[in-house]
Amino acid sequence: MDQKTIFLIIAGMAVVTYLPRLLPVWLLSKRELPQVVITWLRYVPSAVLAALLFPSVLSDGSRLDFSFNNLYLLAVLPTLLVAWKTRSLFGAVITGMALVALARLAGL
Amino acid sequence: MDLSLRNHPNYAYFREAWGQALPIVFGYLPIGFAFGVLAIKAGISAANTLAMSLLVYAGSAQLIAVGLISAGVSPWATILTTFVVNLRHLLMSAALSPYLRGWPRSLLALFAFELTDESFAVHSTRFARLQSQQESPKPATALTINLISQLAWVLGTLLGIVAGDLIQDVRPFGLDYALIAMFAALLVFQVKDHVYIIVAGFAGLASTALLLTGVSQWNVMIAAVVAATLGVALESWIKRQSS
Repeated sequence: MDQKTIFLIIAGMAVVTYLPRLLPVWLLSKRELPQVVITWLRYVPSAVLAALLFPSVLSDGSRLDFSFNNLYLLAVLPTLLVAWKTRSLFGAVITGMALVALARLAGL
Repeated sequence: MDLSLRNHPNYAYFREAWGQALPIVFGYLPIGFAFGVLAIKAGISAANTLAMSLLVYAGSAQLIAVGLISAGVSPWATILTTFVVNLRHLLMSAALSPYLRGWPRSLLALFAFELTDESFAVHSTRFARLQSQQESPKPATALTINLISQLAWVLGTLLGIVAGDLIQDVRPFGLDYALIAMFAALLVFQVKDHVYIIVAGFAGLASTALLLTGVSQWNVMIAAVVAATLGVALESWIKRQSS
């Protein structure tokens, strides 16, 4: 594929990526939303975060993995605990990364 | 004359933004790097590789597009796939909209351009905290968080382009876990009562189940919509029980 076609693909990708990011904030932030919608939107962040998190710790993308080889699953419990106890994003991320690095060093 | 950076009026904004963006930076540098290497290997020019990180700025869609482009898939199919993969941002943009009431449209346009899974996670937590302190989010800090994040993504891409086919393994440092750890921590910060725990548990399991049964482009969106609706239903049911 020549580079010009690739650039046109990138331009198309940019447009279809930007519109879903832009339209809701642009259309919704100027108006008073019904209470039920505001309640619904309040649950969206935790729902989205869990929907992103669970598949990457419970599976390898094609099947469930509850074995001890699944470092992400082993590391997520201490990460959750540190986040809950310290309320520190940075502390939780560093703890999690250090645990994964150490486990690999130990040959897990 | 005081030339200290610390006393600059923008220092406080920058400091807060830097602290909020740091976990994103940790995650984006290695993934951006991997994207740069893979794109160059797939025969995409350095200029186009950089253009993708500047104009599209969506990690998973960019990595998928590299695969499709190198496989010679038609341009329209690649663009349509990108659309479907990134449609989940619709929900995130909607969820942040109530906090952005006073912002001018030009700043909303700028903010939305750099809305990713990771920046959404940071903003939604931060905006909710500010609101509970009776403060409204200032555009300067939020936009700086976004800018630092995209710069990390672009810098990672550049390093990947330069490294070319020299693939460096980021796994010994646990960097591949940075974004997962961030999702986990931000999820904990979101949970305010047991309804949130049920919503999160349901969304996570549904998303995993959908992914494993082949609904791989829609799993996050479908699971989140159903789970948030469940949250609303549960909340009104609990209110009716107690009244």
